Amino acid sequence: MPFLGESIEETVQKILAGDRRTSGRLITRLEDGDDWGKEIMKRLFPRTGRSMTLGLTGAGGSGKSSLLNHLIERFRKMGKTVGVIAVDPSSPFSGGAFLGDRIRIQHHTRDDKVYIRSMASRGYLGGLARATTEALRVMEAMGFDVVMVETLGAGQDEIDVIRLVQTCLLVITPGMGDEIQALKAGIMEIGDIFVLNKSDLDGSIQVLRSIEATLSLKPGQEGEWKPKVISTVATSGEGIDDLMEGIMAHQDYLHNNDAMERAAFQRVEQELGLIFRDELERVIFKGLKGTGKKRRYIRSIIDGKSDPYTVIEEILETFLKER
Amino acid sequence: MVEKRKIKVVISKVGLDGHDRGAKVVSSLLKEAGMEVVYLGMYQMPEDIIRSAIDEDADVIGVSYLSGEHLVFTPKIVNEMKKHGLDDVLFIAGGVIPPEDIPSMKEMGVNKIFVAGSLTDPLVEYIRSNVRGK
Repeated sequence: MPFLGESIEETVQKILAGDRRTSGRLITRLEDGDDWGKEIMKRLFPRTGRSMTLGLTGAGGSGKSSLLNHLIERFRKMGKTVGVIAVDPSSPFSGGAFLGDRIRIQHHTRDDKVYIRSMASRGYLGGLARATTEALRVMEAMGFDVVMVETLGAGQDEIDVIRLVQTCLLVITPGMGDEIQALKAGIMEIGDIFVLNKSDLDGSIQVLRSIEATLSLKPGQEGEWKPKVISTVATSGEGIDDLMEGIMAHQDYLHNNDAMERAAFQRVEQELGLIFRDELERVIFKGLKGTGKKRRYIRSIIDGKSDPYTVIEEILETFLKER
Repeated sequence: MVEKRKIKVVISKVGLDGHDRGAKVVSSLLKEAGMEVVYLGMYQMPEDIIRSAIDEDADVIGVSYLSGEHLVFTPKIVNEMKKHGLDDVLFIAGGVIPPEDIPSMKEMGVNKIFVAGSLTDPLVEYIRSNVRGK
């Protein structure tokens, strides 16, 4: 497929040189899942994996974008270049999306050393978009020192980001339930750093205590990272110094143990699973496209003539026979 | 799953015009029409809008005017688009624009203008049938 009239090699070179337009185009292609994007990714892959990667997750309205804005500023002051991926949800009905994360980070739009990309989740579960893992690789290939991923407003179980990035910040706010929430499995377990934002609001001390109490119950190995809880007020900038300190401390911990290697391993493991499922689905269902078979299968299930298990068995058997 | 090609739209206010209701309404309507809308908000300069459109790989740039600065900012936006080679990106203006200014705005390079009171369907239809192929 043509791409700005260039060869794959030219495109790869442009992305490695940090060309924004070409990279923007590539990410679109990856979102659309076409083969051309994959070919480029194969070439880019060896040049990825060298950035500091951070994730921000937490409920909608907890202040992820506002915190992100401060973090971009701090990293820029340290002379680091910064890539940002901000995910917002797609409508399950229209398939459209309202991507509003740029508003809070707009001061950095014109900074040549900052690259921001919004992504719609397109129905992908886990708090990210399906192509977020790939977009992160693209930004690494572009050479950004730090790449930050902001998930969509996450509930209890949107936790894919933890395996994608090295350091994961979980943003929470006062008034989001009692200590029972802090005890639950899922999202409350994934923070390397817990950011208690809007900590000027009533009830923040209680939340702080209940998180600290929950964390203290966690069995930890000697020398293992103990999640920190840091209070911030993103609107005023209070606590951002502490947050940066916490992030750097976690990065130091990763570098001084074999933890960085473990993070890289988990990331690739998750990517493999993702790409595998994607490709499998694509390859297997490709034969069904435009044949009306899928519709007939669904019909037969609704009419009680078949069931989903039998249908999938049939589809797989046909696929394997054709191979 | 292989997704259908989505249309990506950047919607923005420009300059000091703080009236963003129309821009938000249009953003919502385009979302309802299945498009991915990056909403930039207020106080954007032409350079911000174009930079965002490049990073986001937008197919369409939509700018909402209310305070009478459309003749000032439109040529600047068009210039920025030209400078960065965004000749395949649609530039749509909307909002409160006096009818007598419409011909000169088109001459400046706006692809289409939808003034206040326009219906949604023609806007969605216009975008769908004129957006670039990828």
